[in-house]
Amino acid sequence: MLTISQELADRIIAHARADHPDEACGVIAGRGGVPERFVPMENAERSPTFYRFDSMEQLRVWREMDDRDEEPVVIYHSHTATEAYPSRTDISYASEPDAHYVLVSTRDEQDVEFRSFRIVDGVVSEEEVRFIP
Amino acid sequence: MAIEVRIPTILRNYTGGAKAVSAEGATLDELISNLESAHPGIKERLIDQGNLRRFVNVYLNDEDVRFLGGLGTPVSDGDTVTVLPAVAGG
Repeated sequence: MLTISQELADRIIAHARADHPDEACGVIAGRGGVPERFVPMENAERSPTFYRFDSMEQLRVWREMDDRDEEPVVIYHSHTATEAYPSRTDISYASEPDAHYVLVSTRDEQDVEFRSFRIVDGVVSEEEVRFIP
Repeated sequence: MAIEVRIPTILRNYTGGAKAVSAEGATLDELISNLESAHPGIKERLIDQGNLRRFVNVYLNDEDVRFLGGLGTPVSDGDTVTVLPAVAGG
């Protein structure tokens, strides 16, 4: 299960809305599996169908997390025309077995889908999301 | 003296759980071969058909080696090589 503050969830959604129709992506860093620090990343692909963290930005952010004893608790990205479920490419490139992969869909202007998954060795399992104040 | 190689979580099964290991070589290519001799299997996760895998980022100190000389990038004692799987998807 992913437990996340409503504020952090809202920031992910706001980022996804802002970058629509391109995919938005980023990380929430934290310790002990608790998501705490919102780190929006640039989508180096600037694409409606693909995302990739900029390699230099990723190095900087990963080092920063290392220095602070944090890990990427949440790795999020948006789908802008399809449901919030990991695509085949999401599964094949997933490389953080301890992370919660959050997907947000902005295909509907009114409604937002916010779902979380574990992706380990090519196997996707959806998990419950609990929003806390 | 040697070169420190920082290993991401997903490849630590090749290094007995170690976050960093040391290796030797004059170029990145030699370094990875040297790494392979101590940690069999790791090379294939980094290199495909003679090139760095597209979705693996390798950095020499503060630079992405793609902007340096790729696998031919010279490395020397005291350098740090960092491996990070790209975060990507569709």
